[in-house]
Amino acid sequence: MSNQKPAIAINDLTVAYDYKPVLWDIDLEIPEGVLMAIVGPNGAGKSTLIKSILQIVKPIAGSIEVFGKPYKRNQRMVAYVPQKGSVDWDFPTNALDVVMMGTYGKLGWIKRPGQKQKKAALEALEKVGMLEFKERQISQLSGGQQQRIFLARALVQNARIYLMDEPFQGVDATTEKAIVNLLKELRKAGKTVVVVHHDLQTVPEYFDWVTFLNVKKIATGPVKDIFNDDNLTKTYGINYKVAVSES
Amino acid sequence: MSSAQIEIQLIATLVAVACAIPGTFLVLRKMAMISDAISHSILPGLVVGFFLTQDLNSPLLILLAAASGLITVILVEFIQKTGLVKEDTAIGLVFPVLFSIGVILIAKNANDVHLDIDAVLLGEIAFAPFDRILIDGMDYGPKSLWVIGSILLLTIILLLLYFKELKLSTFDEQLATTLGFSPVIIHYGLMSVASVTTVGAFDAVGAVLVVALMIAPAATAYLLTTDLKKMLVLAVLFGCAGAIGGYWLAHYLDASIAGSITTVLGAFFLLAYLFAPGRGMLSVSYKQKRQEKEVHLLTFLLHLQNHEETSERHIKHLNEHINWHRVKARSVVNLALKNNMIVIEDGVISLTPKGSEFTRQAIEFIMSGKSSAIEEMKKKFFLFRG
Repeated sequence: MSNQKPAIAINDLTVAYDYKPVLWDIDLEIPEGVLMAIVGPNGAGKSTLIKSILQIVKPIAGSIEVFGKPYKRNQRMVAYVPQKGSVDWDFPTNALDVVMMGTYGKLGWIKRPGQKQKKAALEALEKVGMLEFKERQISQLSGGQQQRIFLARALVQNARIYLMDEPFQGVDATTEKAIVNLLKELRKAGKTVVVVHHDLQTVPEYFDWVTFLNVKKIATGPVKDIFNDDNLTKTYGINYKVAVSES
Repeated sequence: MSSAQIEIQLIATLVAVACAIPGTFLVLRKMAMISDAISHSILPGLVVGFFLTQDLNSPLLILLAAASGLITVILVEFIQKTGLVKEDTAIGLVFPVLFSIGVILIAKNANDVHLDIDAVLLGEIAFAPFDRILIDGMDYGPKSLWVIGSILLLTIILLLLYFKELKLSTFDEQLATTLGFSPVIIHYGLMSVASVTTVGAFDAVGAVLVVALMIAPAATAYLLTTDLKKMLVLAVLFGCAGAIGGYWLAHYLDASIAGSITTVLGAFFLLAYLFAPGRGMLSVSYKQKRQEKEVHLLTFLLHLQNHEETSERHIKHLNEHINWHRVKARSVVNLALKNNMIVIEDGVISLTPKGSEFTRQAIEFIMSGKSSAIEEMKKKFFLFRG
């Protein structure tokens, strides 16, 4: 790990919905170049953590820095893959067009996407194995294909940090494998990838870092050091060990 | 055609186009009802503007009326954010109150105001050619033509400049935020355009029918295309066709022009709803029927493959074994026969090599969960064509 500034530094972050804390006094440093899973039970604030890094959710306290600067200053370095259900897939557009949207950030206001942006979008589609579906209306894609479109849209932003909200939710085994390979490729290229993840069994196989979250931060570190029964129990409540080893 | 007739049709067309553009985005944002709210609640702004200017086409009046439209949007969002009531309730609370304030203002000053509720609700486009711009005795055409023309021009310029931003924030507001665009600005920009357009169209078609012009062409276009640009173009074309068709319908029926335009737009939607390829009622029910038949065929073929014994495959007893009515059993057998998937010898049905290959592949695809592969397989086996 380099000694440089962490990719993301979260200090004393508290987020509340209607006065009820969803995240409570979170301190978290995400080093550059890690492939990190964020795990925790339902309602633990995993998605909220990602959304508050991106300032989609406004925290009531705390600060967030991206490579040592406030998020707004380094916004372009961060790409976001939201949950599939966050958009209306009946929107009249096709796969290529959705991926092109990823290029809008660098274009800024008013300027229109051209050949260069189209080429980048086609490359991203190829990387996720969706090139043949580029003209397909988005509602005609399967859940796994929609997820890959979202990934391609993030890839095209050419960011240094990727934040993903449950990219494995509702996708078939083939897509899951393809996504994992993509995540590992991103890490190899030196990118920082943070993934909200549900399936505890695959954590050691897919990720090298993990953060346990349940409103408060329970633990964070390399999977080999901290992915143990003790932390699982602390995060999920009593005797989680039994549930994991039996299933 | 007299020049007044041409002018009326021209105004109606410009109004329809100016409404169809913001209307398309309102429909996609599931905000159709907000246009209803805006169209009613611009009334107090209109009345106050009229007191000040004594001119229904003055820019100040248009701005004041548009501002009261925006205030509606802000009030609706404010009430909704309290979490006490849902959006539709908030809309239902806000616009009648603002509309009533306008009505009271008109009633209190009825003697000196040339503004009546009927005209506000239904408009009277037939009178539009009488109110003309005259400078030094030169006739520059009807005022409302200039007003709606300017609004349309502004709308088109904004659409061309901010199409990308509108599309992005309509499809995925969160992505728009993370890419550094401000969905809030885009939202209020769209609401402003919708408000100004409503004020401009108001004079011609009235508060009730502005809603139809915004929503109906866009909703019709939505059923016919899966491309946003095409949806915009289609919505504009439906708006134009509705405006001109409605004018002539009114002419022959000797009825309200605005009412006729709305009726024609309603008819367009009904036709698209029934006959649109892909999403229309007929197309959907045809597809469902076909899928049902395919599943039945597969069930039947599987049954044949699973049973070697002739008693299970006898055509006379088939309906007993798979619990189907005779008619259904016969139609499935016919489909299989037509596709050369079965042969019948002495009343006993057997799979042909093609039939067993089809069944084998189908099972394989179903087990692997690749529904797209099944579609390709169906094409390969020419189901429903043989």
